[in-house]
Order: sequence, then C-alpha cells, then structure tokens
Amino acid sequence: MSTSNFTRRGMLKTGAIAGAGLALPQILSAGSHSSYMNAPTGSTVTLGFNVPQTGPYADEGADELRAYELAVEHLNGGGDGGMMGTFSSQALQGNGILGRKVEFVTGDTQTKSDAARASAKSMIEKDGAVMITGGSSSGVAIAVQGLCQEAGVIFMAGLTHSNDTTGKDKKANGFRHFFNGYMSAAALAPVLEKMYGKDRKAYHLTADYTWGWTQEESIAAATEAMGWETVNKVRTPLASTDFSSYIAPVLNSGADVLVLNHYGGNMVNSLTNAVQFGLRDKIVNGKNFEIVVPLYSRLMAKGAGENVKGIFGSTNWHWSLTDAGSKAFVKSFGTKYGFPPSQAAHTVYCQTLLYADACERAGSHNPCAVGEALEGFEFDGLGNGKTLYRAEDHQCFKDVLVVKGKENPENEFDLLEIVEVTPAAQVTYAPDHPMFAGGELGACNAG
Amino acid sequence: MLGLNKRDTSFLIIVILLTMFTPFLMQPFSEGSAMAQFNGGYPDLMAKVAIFGIFAMGFNILFGLTGYLSFGHAAFLGVGSYSAVWMFKLLTLNVFPAIILSVIVAGLFSLLIGYISLRRSGIYFSILTLAMAEMSYRLAYSVFTPLTNGETGLQLRPGDPRILDAADASRYPNLFGLELSTSYKLEVLNHVFTFNVGFYFCAVIAIIAFYLTLRIFRSPFGMMLRAVKSNQNRMSFTGLNPRPYTLAAFVISGMYAGLAGGLLAVMDPLAGAERMQWTVGGEVVIMTILGGAGTLLGPVLGAGAIKYLENIFSKINETVLHSWFSFMPDGMEDVVVSFFAFFTGKGWALTLGLMFMLVVTFLPGGLVEGGQRIWNKIRRKKPDTPNNNPAE
Repeated sequence: MSTSNFTRRGMLKTGAIAGAGLALPQILSAGSHSSYMNAPTGSTVTLGFNVPQTGPYADEGADELRAYELAVEHLNGGGDGGMMGTFSSQALQGNGILGRKVEFVTGDTQTKSDAARASAKSMIEKDGAVMITGGSSSGVAIAVQGLCQEAGVIFMAGLTHSNDTTGKDKKANGFRHFFNGYMSAAALAPVLEKMYGKDRKAYHLTADYTWGWTQEESIAAATEAMGWETVNKVRTPLASTDFSSYIAPVLNSGADVLVLNHYGGNMVNSLTNAVQFGLRDKIVNGKNFEIVVPLYSRLMAKGAGENVKGIFGSTNWHWSLTDAGSKAFVKSFGTKYGFPPSQAAHTVYCQTLLYADACERAGSHNPCAVGEALEGFEFDGLGNGKTLYRAEDHQCFKDVLVVKGKENPENEFDLLEIVEVTPAAQVTYAPDHPMFAGGELGACNAG
Repeated sequence: MLGLNKRDTSFLIIVILLTMFTPFLMQPFSEGSAMAQFNGGYPDLMAKVAIFGIFAMGFNILFGLTGYLSFGHAAFLGVGSYSAVWMFKLLTLNVFPAIILSVIVAGLFSLLIGYISLRRSGIYFSILTLAMAEMSYRLAYSVFTPLTNGETGLQLRPGDPRILDAADASRYPNLFGLELSTSYKLEVLNHVFTFNVGFYFCAVIAIIAFYLTLRIFRSPFGMMLRAVKSNQNRMSFTGLNPRPYTLAAFVISGMYAGLAGGLLAVMDPLAGAERMQWTVGGEVVIMTILGGAGTLLGPVLGAGAIKYLENIFSKINETVLHSWFSFMPDGMEDVVVSFFAFFTGKGWALTLGLMFMLVVTFLPGGLVEGGQRIWNKIRRKKPDTPNNNPAE
C-alpha cells in the first residue's frame, strides 16, 4: 500500500506547475501560422527527394538522386543549365525558385510504404520541405501521394507506372510525368501484332502489387483485342529474387509468349531465369517462343546483359533520342557523372523543373497555386516532344517509345534500340476510362 | 499512490515528466546550427518512439518475464493497424473506436496463435511464432487483398461510408473533433519546439500502458511469470499449471502490440502488409534487448534509440557530410566523407548493428545496465551508503 501526504504547499506547487504546463502551448501558438504548409520564409526553399536506396529498385533510386542533384544545380544557376535552355517555358532564371536558393533533403523509401511515409513525414515536419518527389514503385508513390495530400504539400511522382497513381488513387496535390501501364499496352500491342502475329497464347508473370496488376490488366486487354489468348496470370511477390519455380510451369502451359510484368531487380532475375531455362530456344505451337517486357529501362537491360537481345518493351524516354532537350540533358548528366541517364533520372529531372517552373509562373509555392499552374499546362523541349499535363487526372500525355534489346551493342550503354515512337494521340484515353475510374482528385490542400 | 509503493510512485512520476517534456528533450540543438541535423523533436518521430515503446513494453511482459521469445509480434501490430483503419473507414474518424477494436482483435488473434504456439517452448516456440507471423504477412499481402489492399496498403478514401460521422466532420483522425495533426510551435532562443496533439495522445496512452506494466511486474501474477522463466519444471512439480499464465502473458503482450498498431494507424491512417513482416518482429526483439529485457524502462529506451537512429542517421547523406567536413583539405575530405557515408544514409542499419553488438557484448543488461553502472559509480563516492540496489 502506498502512503502519501498531501500538504497545502505541495498541492499549490504541483497545481502551479501543471497549470503553467497546460497554458504554455496556448500562449505560444500565435505568430507561427502562415498561409500554407511549410511556406519558405528565408532565402532558401527545401525540396524533399524520397527515393529507394535499398531494396529491389535501389539502382533506379540512385540514378534518380543523381538527376535531382543535377536539377538543383541547374535551378541554382550552376552547370550548363541542361534542359532549362530547351524548355518551352522560359520562366526559370537560374536563380533558384522565385529567387530563393534551392536546397534539398533525401530519404530512403526502402521500397516500403511505411518507411516511405515515415521518411516523407520527417521531411515535411522536421526539414520543412514544401514539395516531396520521388518513389520507384507505384505502391510507395500512391502511399506518399496520399500523405502529401493530407499534409498539404505538392507531390511530384517519380518512377511510377501503375494506372492507379493517376487513376483510382489520384490526388489533387499529386502530379505524374511518367507514362503508365495503359499507355505501354496501347503502344506495344500494334508492334507485337506486326512482329508475332495475331494468333498467340500469352502467359503473364506479374509483380504482386498495384503496378503489376494494372499493367497486366492493360496488356492482357490490349493483346486480347488483337486476337491473342491469355493462358494464365501468375502473381509473384515483389521481394522474390529467384523465379525458377515460376518459370517451369510456363513450359507445360502451351503458351508461346511470356509477358514479364516485372521491373528493376525482379525483371533482371526473372528474365535471366527464363533464358536459363531455354525458353527462347523453344518452338511451341509451331512458333518461336517469345518474351515481352512491357516496361523496359536501360538499367534493367544492363543488369540482364546478353539476355535482353531482341526483347520488346516500352519506355518513357531513352538517352539516344536526338531532340534538343534530350541531347542537352544527356550532355550535362554525362559531363557530371560519366554515363548517360536512365529514364528514371529523366522523369525526375523533368518533374523538378516542371515544379520550379510552375512556382515561377504562379508566383508562389502555395500547393493550390502551383497545382493550378500545372493543370492543363502544355510544354515542349523536355525530351518527349509536345506534352500536356491533363487537368482532369494530373497525368502527362506524350509520345511513348517502343524499344528492343539491341542485337549488337556498340558500347556498354547502347543496349536498347528505338523501334517506334508511338504518337501521344494513340495512347490517350478518356479520364473516365474503366481502368482509371473509381477515384476523384478532391480539392487541393494547402495545409 | 494508485496502489504503488513510494519508490514506484516516484519512478512513475519521473517517467510521466520525461514523456511530457519529450518535445524539449528531443530538440536540444538550436535551429540553423550544425547540430540541428540531430534534432529529433518532430511529431512523427516522437509519436513513433511512444508507440514502439508501447509495443516493446508489451513484448517485454512476455519475453522479459516468462522468457518466451516470440518472433511473431509483428502480426499483432499489423492486425491492430488493419482493424483501426477499417474502423476509420466504416464507423468514424474518432480515434477511440479504432484503438478499442484494434486491441480486441489483436487480443483474439493472439489467443489463437498463443494457444497453438505455446504447446512448445524454447526454440520451437520461437519458430512457431515466426511461421505464424510470416503466414499472416503472406495472407495480408496477397490472399486477403480485398480486406488489406495488398502491397499498396489500406487507406482512407473520400467515398468511405463512415456511418457515425456527420457530413461536415473532419476528414482526418481526430479526438472528438480535435485533429491529431494539430501542432503548436513554440519558438524560444532560436529553438523551435513542436507540441503535437497526436504525440500527446500517444504519450498519455503510453503512460497508462507503462502504469499497467508496472502493476503487472509487481503483482503475484508477475511473480508467477517469473517462476515460469526461472524453472518451469519446478513450477509444474509444485502443482501449478504454467500454461494459463504463459497464455495470459502472450495475450496481454499481443494486446499491447495491437494497441501500438492501432496508434500507428491513428497517427497515419494507412496500414501496410510490411508491418507484419518478420523484420518488424525482429526489430521489437532488438529494441527490448538493446534497452534491457526484463526491466521496466529498458524496452522504451531501446525503442527510442532505434527509431532515432533509423530516422536521423538515414537522412545524413553525402551532401550533409561534405558540409560537415568542408574544413578539411580536399583529398582528405573525400576520404573521410566516404568513410562516414558507409555508416549513415543507407548504411544506418550498419550503425545500428554495430551498436547492438557492442551493447550485447559489454552490457548484457542493455542500456539500463549502462545507466545503473554509471549511477553506481557516482554512488560509490559516498562511502556510507551500501549498494543495496538490486538489478531489476
């Protein structure tokens, strides 16, 4: 049992301390309110770069970070200015954003929604970031986009290819420059028909999360429309590193095309497994067995080595493009790092520039003003030709590249060749397309 | 007071004060100074420390008292989060129904898993719980996708029914209308202290959880649990059946984990399957051992240390390092920076691993033992006080 003696003096003391403690926050709450979340006050503005530094997409994350650093250098007037010179909007002066020097903080998403949100939260709460960008993996991008909507900052999506990011999970504060599964399918299907014919049986291996699901749905729909049959769809966990147990059943399924809805380290491993099993040397139904990788990148091609030769896929951008914007970007990236940028690097560089440009045009960092400046914005000179940021779903519409693993690469970076540039009109869809329906942007949130 | 003896009362009061002044304690450096990088006093991290403190406290009731090492507590954390988010979606964004349901569901789930796993002890028990948790993770990740939304995680949507909420009610988790994300910022002498409603909500619950733990440790029930740890056979031979006691301890610690999971969802209304992964179950083991298993305060200290390292060290990138070592000559700066870059940024887990190794090797009783050793050193200077301060 306890014994306690309450004295008058003791009670008074405790009461006074407790009262002071309770009153403290109220006294000091005034004066720290500004019109929107993390409004920059000094001579600098902080951006948050949230990329995977560990996990299956770590290579992409590292390349994204390089591009972010390059973009910040260019925004602050350093280097050769990169694509700022070719960008159709000439609002950026090379003196930071709205005269404020750009600073940045980085974080590791670990390719996990929880870790990504924790990292983004600390950027917003501790470092005062006014914009968050990054994310390889659509699951992470969607999770962080939701967080930014709640917190009242802008989210400029990096490498995220799921239909849901600007479909059923779209948010007013989130914007995506990268293309998506539907666009890949729309661009790829005609090429596949031309190369492999109308009578094929496809087997899907799919990374088991939002991106894999929506890409599988898009590719299956587009190929079935031209007469292909989908034999089976098998889901594989994102964290898998060995796919041999998934490849063996493909041989007995009667399929003659394998569609790998994998990305990054997953794709490198599954493609290597498939080639080791001799799938590409097989003749099934009287036809050569083929492998398709709908979303391709140079980093993956590098990882998979010899195995990518002759394999078709689509990509958002490739360094061998010869327009002025791409050339300028490849030049400044190559000068700084000694090798050409990947599509992930390209899209995040564009996103950073687009955000900065929107701030300049809006005259503010306020997420609502920035969002308004981006909605319906048409631009050119960022490497993809004429591009539209559609207001209805905050998705960019631009040309899509269909690529093929090069048979005779001239150097270690020359791994993909461009087969076709699919015009934007062919990959455009209605905002209420069934694959994108079910979400709403909601109102912009300024915190 | 409150059924505690004098020493425990003052212990509880110290813990309450420490918790209440966390916004000051974790923000020791002034803004703009070189050390500002090490400030941890922002709402998300402070709340995480409180929440994982609860998680580790509960785990400690099982591991610290009975000695049963479970690797499966992540499953209860995840179940708690999913229950809370479903409450937000279906009933109301008020936090109370959410955390109550998360505790109940985690309790039932741990009863089921405990009933099966506790048929074995030692390593077999650990492996069983690990298998159960991994199974739950796989189920949540793909099979139960309609219920858990798979890898993307369960989140709130504008179209959720929320039958108890009025049409104009807050669209964020709230405490009878007061949104948990509300913060007051206090600026004194170039320091910025943040007082966040969500953090204080978690802190109050953490204090209640701590009080309950204290009572359990001091109760006859706690003594029985210690008896299980010291010698289960002896306990059986005296005619006592240890199973009900271990099962009760397992369910209680499962409910603590569910509460922590619910609070995670309250602070950030998204529940992801990776919360159930075995790495999270391993993390709570590390927290408890790092702080000091079987002690009252140890698990909380361990949770704080790990969350702090994870959040602060993972953000020290090469640019930050370069700014610290810019006083050095160029060649040397690069060498030093690349050396430290190995331990910070994406290498934060390495720092954590080294720290864990050092603590386990030199301080088997964890951080609490470290504290006690220092305290004893100070005490030894006074010759007339005998050292009658037994280790917990």
